[in-house]
This record gives sequence, C-alpha cells and structure tokens, in this order.
Amino acid sequence: MIPVGFDYQRPESVDAALALLAEHGDDATVLAGGHSLLPVMKLRLAAPEVVIDIGRVAELNYIRVDGDEIAIGAGTRYRDIVISDVLAKECALLPAVTRTVGDPQVRHRGTLGGALAHGDPAGDLPAAILALEGTIVLRSPRGERKVPITEFYTGVFSSVKEPDELIVEIRVPRTGSTGWAYEKFTRRSNDWAIVAVAVVTAADGARRIGLVNMGSTPLRAKATEAALAEGKSIEEAAALAAEGTEPPADNAGTPEYRRHLVTVLTRRALQTAAG
Amino acid sequence: MKVEITVNGEHTSHDVEPRTLLAHYLRENLGLKATNIGCDTTSCGACTVLVDGEAVKSCTVLAVQADQQSVTTMEGLEGAAQGELGHPVTRAFRQEHGLQCGFCTPGMVMAAVSLIDENPDLTEKDVREGLEGNLCRCTGYHNIVRAVLVAAGKDPDAAQAAEAVSGERTTAPGFSTGEGDK
Repeated sequence: MIPVGFDYQRPESVDAALALLAEHGDDATVLAGGHSLLPVMKLRLAAPEVVIDIGRVAELNYIRVDGDEIAIGAGTRYRDIVISDVLAKECALLPAVTRTVGDPQVRHRGTLGGALAHGDPAGDLPAAILALEGTIVLRSPRGERKVPITEFYTGVFSSVKEPDELIVEIRVPRTGSTGWAYEKFTRRSNDWAIVAVAVVTAADGARRIGLVNMGSTPLRAKATEAALAEGKSIEEAAALAAEGTEPPADNAGTPEYRRHLVTVLTRRALQTAAG
Repeated sequence: MKVEITVNGEHTSHDVEPRTLLAHYLRENLGLKATNIGCDTTSCGACTVLVDGEAVKSCTVLAVQADQQSVTTMEGLEGAAQGELGHPVTRAFRQEHGLQCGFCTPGMVMAAVSLIDENPDLTEKDVREGLEGNLCRCTGYHNIVRAVLVAAGKDPDAAQAAEAVSGERTTAPGFSTGEGDK
C-alpha cells in the first residue's frame, strides 16, 4: 500500500513549521512519528497535499520539571517517555501507560503530541492526560494558547485545534510515583484497548479516572469520582464507572460488554492505585 | 526528492517520490531484499530495520524521513556480505534453530539487535515482551526467544528455568492479569 502523492516539507524549527501551516492551511498535515498518519495515508483514508514533517524539530523534544508541573515537548517520543527518570519520579502514570502503546518499534517513532493531535478515542494517551488534567499548549502565528485537556476534544478524531495551530507542549501535574494505575484490556499484546482505565491520585487525595474507548472522546468516570469523594467504597464507586458513557460496538465487543468491563477495570485500577 | 541515506555503512542517494516507503527504498532502489514486507500495516515486524541504531518498521517510515540518517538491514550485520554468520544474533538464531520458514527472521534479528543494545541484561520475560512487535506465523517463538537469550550472553536453559519458578506473570504489558495477581 502506497499513499497518494504529496509534497514533503521538513522544517527544522517551530516557526518554520508554523509558517508552512499558515501557507498551506487545510491542505497540509503535520507528520511527527507518522505511526497514526502513515497507516491512514497508506489506506488512502487521508490524502493531504502537503506533509509537514516536524520529526527533526529538536526544540520540541524535552521533558523537564517546571514549577508544579512537568513540561513535555510535543515531539517527545514514546520511548523517551518510557525511560524518563524525571517522569518515573514525578508522574509515573505516564511512562506506565506509554509502555503499553504499540510495540518497541512503534515506541521508537510515535510521539506524545502526535497521539494527542490524532485523538483516537481508543488511544491510551489522551485518557491518561485527561486523568492527569493536563494542559495542551498550542502555537500559531497568532500566538500561543493553553487548552485544558478537558476542553480539547470535540468528537472522534477532532479537537479545538485550528488548522494553523501546532501542539508544542503538554503540561501535566507532578503527581508523583505512587497512587496511580492503568488497567488495559486487549486481545493482543500490541493492540488498541477494548477498554482501559487510568487512575491517578491528585495532590488533595482525590482520585481522577480517565476512560479509554468508552465514547467518541476520552472520558472521565465522573460518577465514580464523585462517589469516592463522598466516601463510598471502591466497589460501590466502581460500579458507576459506565455512567454517562457511550461505548462503541465493534468486533471486539458490544456496548453492553464494554459497560460491564469498565466497572471491573475501574475497580481493579482503584484497588491497585490504593496500594 | 533526492535523499541521502547511509545504508549498512555505505552512502546511498536516489531521487524518490516523497511517498516512497523506506522498505521499498531498501528493496527496490537498493536491491536489498532481506527486509521483507509482511502485513504492510505496522503489525508483523517483518520489515524491521534499524534507523540510527533503533528498530523501526520500515513499512511505516517514509524514505524521506530517513534522509541524512543511518539505516542498518540484516545485510549489514557482520559477515552477512560474505554469506557468513558473523554477528552474535545471527549465530545464535542458527545455534538455537530460531527459524522455520525464515520469513520473519530478518525482522526478528534486527528487533533483537536493537533490544540487546537497549538492555544487555535481558531476562526471558524481557525478550518475550521486547519481541511483541514481531510475529512468527510458524509460531517458532520458543527457539527465537532462546536465540535472543544466547545472543545476549545468557544461558537459555537457566533463564527459562528462572522464569518458570519466578511465578511472574507471563503476559505482555497491556494484557489484563485478571484477579489472580492482585
């Protein structure tokens, strides 16, 4: 399978990438690791006229502590997140979730910014960043804006990101090395989640729960979070995990199956996070 | 678009369409046919090569993305040009009979080279998890895992015995372990 022909541009700075995006608008697509984009281009589900490869933009590749948060460059590869000492200590949920994305070859190429821009509701990282209440930093020739992940996604594969905007950074709170869990249910080791549940414990002790593949966007298990805040047991709270979700039907499971599965995985994740 | 890629230590340059996949560049522009294309969907790993020393699936990388970078295929391993098994990984695959039909072998070998480079102190579990992106449809995994252990300087019998008595979960990351492990 070979993509439809396109023009290829490889800027070496964010400013150069933004200038190309401004010039080509809707006709252009950003290529980072390419492990979401190239498969859909090979299937000819996408046929951009211009591909802007930001894979060599070195200024997008970093992980650093910045006050109460960790700042992660959008071009940071999965592999670099998995082996990051900073994240292991300051936000251990993120490398643990990233470790389950694809396989070693995929993790050598895929990037955090790419996963979030793609916005697959079956993807691991959007729900993990949602559980963390992270922030997405977008830049365009009009300036920079910070969008909370809670306001980022608008539907399947769609977000508030404008065509001339580039995700340049992801910011997550320093939630530490404990109090988290990721329960992912798949049929094959490097497959997408049928359902997955990310749990993180915030600084005030509140549990935040992100759900993978339970709707058209990553979702929070708000009823479960509220029940925990009211002092309900993990078992009682987890039973509410499917409230407000609209899980898909596919050959991996029916919506009913996913509604049941999410309660089981949420219970397990909360138990693990409680230590 | 003109690309310049160092392949197996030699400078190569061709004028390619941007949509040319790295796997096709290697096989068709350079005539290096060890790299197989199996699924063509980033699943099977048969097309695994090293880019700047790291394993990637060359069916999901554009040749232009590897411009000015260094690629290693199985032909680039020691001894391959002379038809000899000069590399520890290829020697170990022969010693442990780590192949049956051989289609997945170049990808398995290159994934193993990258895996050992990143973690020289491999356990059997590390090998099984580290090869999760490579499929062998002869299902010859047992001997492939032994071969990678041997290439990493481990005693495969001891490593497998240690794994058997460890009681550790043997599922890959991402698999639910159910209630038993909690």
